[in-house]
Amino acid sequence: MDILANPYIAGAIIGLLSMASFFFSDKPIGCSTAYARVSGMAAKLFMKDKINKNLFFMKFPAEVDWEVMLVIGVFIGAFLSFILSGESRVRIPDIWSLRFGNSLLLRVIAAFAGGVIMGFGARLAGGCTSGHGISGTLQLSVSSWIAVIMFFAAGIVTAGLIF
Amino acid sequence: MKKIHSNKKIQLLLGLLTGIGFGFILHRSGVTKYDVIIGQLLLYDFTVLKVMLTAVMVGMWGVYALKKFNLATLHPKTSSFNSSVFGGLVFGLGFALLGYCPGTVAGAAGSGALDAILGGVPGILVGSFIFASLYHRMENFLNRNSFSKFTFPEIIGVNEWYLILPAELLLLMTLILIERAGL
Repeated sequence: MDILANPYIAGAIIGLLSMASFFFSDKPIGCSTAYARVSGMAAKLFMKDKINKNLFFMKFPAEVDWEVMLVIGVFIGAFLSFILSGESRVRIPDIWSLRFGNSLLLRVIAAFAGGVIMGFGARLAGGCTSGHGISGTLQLSVSSWIAVIMFFAAGIVTAGLIF
Repeated sequence: MKKIHSNKKIQLLLGLLTGIGFGFILHRSGVTKYDVIIGQLLLYDFTVLKVMLTAVMVGMWGVYALKKFNLATLHPKTSSFNSSVFGGLVFGLGFALLGYCPGTVAGAAGSGALDAILGGVPGILVGSFIFASLYHRMENFLNRNSFSKFTFPEIIGVNEWYLILPAELLLLMTLILIERAGL
């Protein structure tokens, strides 16, 4: 089990998983579009007509697809690994609490704000750290190499300013 | 394989299974942890980069090999220069504030991280929905300077293996430099 904790072994397995998803599903691994689809599914409960006429949801229907199942799988897989590892749950991450203290509310508010910005940015960029960062770059996709450099450039500058 | 690709139920199951494997590895390697991701952005913990670059090295060789034997079709992102640059910068800003990306936040939620469950996941849903609601106003801007060719081999016009080899070497050198620096 511990061999999987080695970043190179873990990375190699993700590379093989990526091959498998091209072979078996004709799809690159990516996670962010799933959130947009689920947000549309939730909004359908309140404003069905509006969602049906929305230009974005015409291109990316608000329904459960391969990628939504993938993200649900990530949740389950991490849960299994977490249970097997026997490690304890992180309440507030160390780096955060050293800088901003032990208020869970403050951490959740920051995470929510970060999530909103990142969710918007992922759709603007057309992908995330997995879709652009791994699947796109491994296909030598130009937009993905640009996007992933921007992800980390902005991330490094922002983290440097926060901490 | 075409039959399997078009079978919706099998694909949903395959998506779930791929995700379970992906989530398991992400958690086990440590990259679903806030401290590991922020450690990467603060440039003192290089676990994230090691995992990503190795995945790209193995996947690039593997997927192009599958393609060579007609066992896979590429699906490069078709987005524009505008969308990659501006979207990438906005993403990075949120990434540092949240401390997880859309994949790892699901893994962090699976391992009980409250900031991921109560803040990150709902936030990404809201952000994606705001984008979808404004999409009709941004479509023109995003499609401006679209790429006409999507991969480096297509743009440069060379056999893809002439680029795969140097790209693999570049990634390998980067990893060796990281190790040499003791990071």
